[in-house]
Amino acid sequence: MKPAHTNRYFDVELRELRSNLTAMGARCERALQLAVAAFLERDAEKAAEAAALDARIDRDQVEIDELALRILALRQPVAYDLRFLATTLKFVTDLERIGDKATSIAKRARDVSGAALLPPHEDILPLSQKVLALLRDAIDAFVEGDVDKAERVLAAGHEIDALAKPLTARIVAWMAEHPTDIPAALAVMSVARQLKRVADHATNLAEQAVFMVRGEDVRYQRGPAAP
Amino acid sequence: MPNPSTEPPKIEVKDLEFFYDAQRVLHGVSMGIFPRRVTALIGPSGCGKSTFLRTLNRMNDTVPGARPVGSVRLDGVEIYDPAVDVVELRRRVGMVFQRPQVFPKSIFENVAYALRVGGLRDRAEVARRVEEALRRAALWDEVKDRLDVSATALSGGQQQRLCIARALAVDPDVLLLDEPASALDPIATAKIEELIGDLRETLTIVIVTHSMQQAARVSQTTAFFYMGSLVEVGETTALFTRPREKQTEDYVTGRFG
Repeated sequence: MKPAHTNRYFDVELRELRSNLTAMGARCERALQLAVAAFLERDAEKAAEAAALDARIDRDQVEIDELALRILALRQPVAYDLRFLATTLKFVTDLERIGDKATSIAKRARDVSGAALLPPHEDILPLSQKVLALLRDAIDAFVEGDVDKAERVLAAGHEIDALAKPLTARIVAWMAEHPTDIPAALAVMSVARQLKRVADHATNLAEQAVFMVRGEDVRYQRGPAAP
Repeated sequence: MPNPSTEPPKIEVKDLEFFYDAQRVLHGVSMGIFPRRVTALIGPSGCGKSTFLRTLNRMNDTVPGARPVGSVRLDGVEIYDPAVDVVELRRRVGMVFQRPQVFPKSIFENVAYALRVGGLRDRAEVARRVEEALRRAALWDEVKDRLDVSATALSGGQQQRLCIARALAVDPDVLLLDEPASALDPIATAKIEELIGDLRETLTIVIVTHSMQQAARVSQTTAFFYMGSLVEVGETTALFTRPREKQTEDYVTGRFG
């Protein structure tokens, strides 16, 4: 924990910002959970709930941007405070995109609701659980300034690819056998793809956490992701 | 930007301690001050940054009981050596203070005075050097039509630039600035900062400032002093984005006292 600022109003503002970020992150996790459940359980109500959360996440982004800009203008922060504020502006952009991905996943629930046969989707739940765990750790790493946690997220990126790859292969095989149910198969693939993208955003969040704490830019330093 | 690691320092300070009678106000300060760079000295009041600045042209010599221990070399020559001509030292290492110190004389005389003290008598040469100094201090265009007007009629910012012109007239290598803009409004401050940026191309500049934003804007190197010790010195951008020392971090982010 850092010592308090000489000017306590500055601390109050930073606390407010941090708590808004925590709330926005929690809403992203919840929206993703609801969206995956909406898809797997073909539950229109949960899909609507996920979409409503996404709208709230958009508002979070605008409000946090405003607060961060106000602090930048009024306090002219440097060092750790500057890195926190600069990364906050990026952080909320990634979170907002995650909200969009949740909405996309929820929409796919509609695509499978009338399908005669459901393509193989048993890999979606474990994939979504892994992605959610990464997302939660990435958000915690940022809010708590925990570099170790952020580095664990960065190291776990490959696991997502490993989970998503056999799923794609299975769906492609299934499509060959069920040419009339291709839209449903595409919906499952789309969900897997959205989940992978959420994992990419979680990686961005973890990189931002490392920069915030250490002032070290770790983007583009890991090997290319598995195709 | 010259790389401080490849160019020898203009001033090299080694294990410098400074005493006012028995009180030690600088504790073993060592740092290089590099040419064509602005070096900013920051730190809370009483941290020793102004004392350090004044040791660089022996401005503390006149303070009773003041005593330096250690080494300050200008171009490799020890400035505290008894053989050093202090007047010549101060010609090479000029100084500008917080409050503009103009003489109650004309604008022209304020600059010419420094030249005449230095022994220059040729009137045409004096006039040429005055104009050159006023141009370098970015003041010429504002005063060229009223050089015989009293300097006290100038605004605070103009007076400060006049003081810089006076320091420049004798062609120094190093310019020491002790909070040169703290008594000025934001526009006059911006002009001084721009001028510092221009002068850096030909001079070595050291500036003491209480404004961290100013240090960040004008300098390439920043040194943070605390309780008479040099805590950290480094590239300004690094010091304000990722300082190495926790004390520096706490000070620049405003978590102090």
